Amino acid sequence: MANGTERVVVVGGGLAGLAAAMRLAEAGVHVDLISMVPVKRSHSVCAQGGINSVNTATRELGDSEWLHLDDTVYGGDFLQHQPPVKEMCDWGPRIIDLMDRLGVTFNRTSEGHRDQRRFGGTMYKRTAFAGATTGQQLIYALDEQCRRWEADGLIDKYEYWEFLGPILDDNGMCRGVVAQDMFSMEIRAFRAGAVVMAHGGCGLIYGRSTMSMICTGGAAGRAYKAGVKYANGEFIQVHPTAIPGTDKLRLMSESARGEGGRVWVPRKPQDSRDPRSIPEADRYYFLEERYPKYGNLVPRDIATREIFDICVNHKLSVEEGRLCVYLDLTHLPSETHRKLEGILEIYEKFQATDPRVTPMKIFPGVHYTMGGLWCDFEKDENSGGMLSGSPRNHQSNVPGLFVIGEADYQYHGGNRLGANSLLSCIFSGMFVAPCMQNYMASAGGGSADDFPASLFDGEVDRHREAMEALIKRAGDENPYLLHQELGDVMTRNVTVVRENKQVEETLSKIEEIEDRYARAALTDQGRWTNQNLSFTRALDDMIVLARVIAQGALQRDECRGAHYKPAFQIRPPDADDAAGMRRQANEWCDAFAVKNEKWLKSTIAEFTPDGPKFSYEAVDTSLIPPRPRTYGLKGAEIIEDVWRERLAGGGPGKSATESGKEAVTSA
Amino acid sequence: MSETVTIAVKRQDKPHGGSRWEKYAVAHEPGMNITTALQWIAAHPVTVDGKHTAPVAYDANCLEEVCGACTMRINGRVRQACTALVDRLLEDQPDQITLEPMSKFPVVRDLQVDRSRMFESLRRVRAWVPVDGYFDRGAGPQISQDAQEAAYPLTTCMTCGCCVDACPQFNDKSDFIGPAAISQGVLFNEHPIGRFDADKRMAVIAGAGGIADCGNAQNCVKVCPKNIPLVQSIAKAGRAATTYAIKRFFHA
Repeated sequence: MANGTERVVVVGGGLAGLAAAMRLAEAGVHVDLISMVPVKRSHSVCAQGGINSVNTATRELGDSEWLHLDDTVYGGDFLQHQPPVKEMCDWGPRIIDLMDRLGVTFNRTSEGHRDQRRFGGTMYKRTAFAGATTGQQLIYALDEQCRRWEADGLIDKYEYWEFLGPILDDNGMCRGVVAQDMFSMEIRAFRAGAVVMAHGGCGLIYGRSTMSMICTGGAAGRAYKAGVKYANGEFIQVHPTAIPGTDKLRLMSESARGEGGRVWVPRKPQDSRDPRSIPEADRYYFLEERYPKYGNLVPRDIATREIFDICVNHKLSVEEGRLCVYLDLTHLPSETHRKLEGILEIYEKFQATDPRVTPMKIFPGVHYTMGGLWCDFEKDENSGGMLSGSPRNHQSNVPGLFVIGEADYQYHGGNRLGANSLLSCIFSGMFVAPCMQNYMASAGGGSADDFPASLFDGEVDRHREAMEALIKRAGDENPYLLHQELGDVMTRNVTVVRENKQVEETLSKIEEIEDRYARAALTDQGRWTNQNLSFTRALDDMIVLARVIAQGALQRDECRGAHYKPAFQIRPPDADDAAGMRRQANEWCDAFAVKNEKWLKSTIAEFTPDGPKFSYEAVDTSLIPPRPRTYGLKGAEIIEDVWRERLAGGGPGKSATESGKEAVTSA
Repeated sequence: MSETVTIAVKRQDKPHGGSRWEKYAVAHEPGMNITTALQWIAAHPVTVDGKHTAPVAYDANCLEEVCGACTMRINGRVRQACTALVDRLLEDQPDQITLEPMSKFPVVRDLQVDRSRMFESLRRVRAWVPVDGYFDRGAGPQISQDAQEAAYPLTTCMTCGCCVDACPQFNDKSDFIGPAAISQGVLFNEHPIGRFDADKRMAVIAGAGGIADCGNAQNCVKVCPKNIPLVQSIAKAGRAATTYAIKRFFHA
């Protein structure tokens, strides 16, 4: 075990960071928790719909942890390493039970058990929820527990402190972090036996997104620049239903559709009638028509693409000058409206329209980063999950620096299923704690106290000099306007539909923005609560990560999950006769096998001053062989048949499983 | 030049320094809120008199009124900036919109205040469920739909501070924990497991700075953005404090 004085630094006080902090505190480890906002105001509060796990009700219908794993990796287009996902799904029921014990006000059945709803990408009602503010309720429960540990002296919170970078010793091992007090602007070092990054996503790279104002990617960029690898950067989830706004895009939870909400547009473009007076025959419920099995609950990437397609290609947007479709809850009973109270209130408050009587207008918005800082895992060969307590789990390539929550890349592959993020955050936070303890107790771990003050002071000085240089910088560029330009070009070209030419243009634009950033001057040169400085510093990180995202997207010539490149889509079978369909399905499967051979790989970016250096790493698909993701695809059934036959017979489809086996040894 | 809105901001550079008003002509956008206006000022930090200034310091995070960060006084009323729609504000007061920091907390800078006293109050009332540990112990207690529906509104408290800002009893001369913390005390005292610590919470709620400091002005409930039944929580806490005092009397 770690010696009694060894401390851990947790960067970020959202669900993942708080879960890690309370678990470490419970084990007697002192935690310094660094957060840019009071932890209770972290972005986790924005999660609305719920948290997934297998439960007694779904089990009755044949559900299992294995099926949760299957839905998750299938929904993620098989880009996740499967052992961590399996471990998470296995822990699901226990995590919900614990949250229940901590007092989360989950909705109840008449007998007093937790109620569940259905979310996208599954046929089961796995999602436990607390009104429409599940994330808020979960983080409050963890905040309360951390306050308890704070009272006991095991957690020290540094709220309104900003992470500036990790401190690495001569051997490249992490020995602490440098952070800055956002009020006094004091910069200091925090020594630590191990550090865990739990800083969340980086949606602000896209300007306006559904993310909170602190989700800049600042911490991720700083860790990346210090040598931590960044994985699967190009996988960005665009949520199908957001409320367009002037300052941000506000999430309209998937639970609106989970509870029966229907997406439609008038069949007549920009039909000027009141939506309530448009008869059923004149409405196009395009998700239901195109995806009869899942209907409005297709996975997010698909719903997003369809809404985009309806508005952009079919020009069926509800409004003339603005892209949007109807999300209609008006037919639902008042009891259901009550369950959705929280999100309906948000719509009403921000749009000044009552969604109970008038259909909402929504459009997709950047929502979640599936990619993130790279981290490792160790497979448990007996269970197929992760080996409990292994220091490799969630540790990055920088020894002693761990990554959890949205900040990591492990759980959601090419696309995240709704209500899996709260689970992955709490799970990874809980799971990482003993792994960090074992790391600190190991030979390489050692104590940060053994290192001379010069190591820490040197880093503090370096960051202080960088700050002074930024404060004194003269120039004619405005950081806020540069940020808008970056967000606009990223949103236009590197979201729902990606064309190589446009992504190349985006990369040139990013380069231009990078040059101009060198001339971005502060309007506030003060040394007290300088938010201008904090934002401008983070803009540098956003630019660095934007390149990782765009370059990764450019290089990945395929369609996978949220990464959609029409030029590289495998043509679906469309023959008129059965034999022709079968032949084409075979060709489709050949192409699919070739594509997986090349691209069923994690994208790994490493920082160099000249831009990211890319490599690709095999994915551990040792539990469930990858198969075509055929939601709504024409000829889906025959493709699935052909693929199954190949898997069973070890035919040409075997290439995919082979690459899986290869991955086991190299992962 | 597009249409503009005049926004007056009460500015203060340092915690104990003096304050001043600055006005900005902010570009109007349909549907805009106060956070949009503050973002615009950050990008164009020039007053109506043409004076170059620093961006306004303020707290903001989720912009969906679930984090509580962007609380300030807008046209004299305490509320979140994200849900303050400019067009609505202009209907009431067409010439200008005023932004001031919350009045009951130390100003850090401009519109940013230090609300740590609220979190300290949550610690004092032990606003948590005292579980044995985080190992697997099965599900929590069964809870009726009615009990869940009664507890849920209380759990939506963002610790934003509107209630204490509007409360005449909460100020730097009193030790009052305020309506939000009392309501959290009630929430956990009514939880099937949380109630095991009820006496410890009541020792605080019935003690100095507790329920006795409430002057029953009922301002709290009027300004709560989440419509939390704070007066009801305070009434419950008051009754519980009486019972607690009697119990203490006989067991002392």
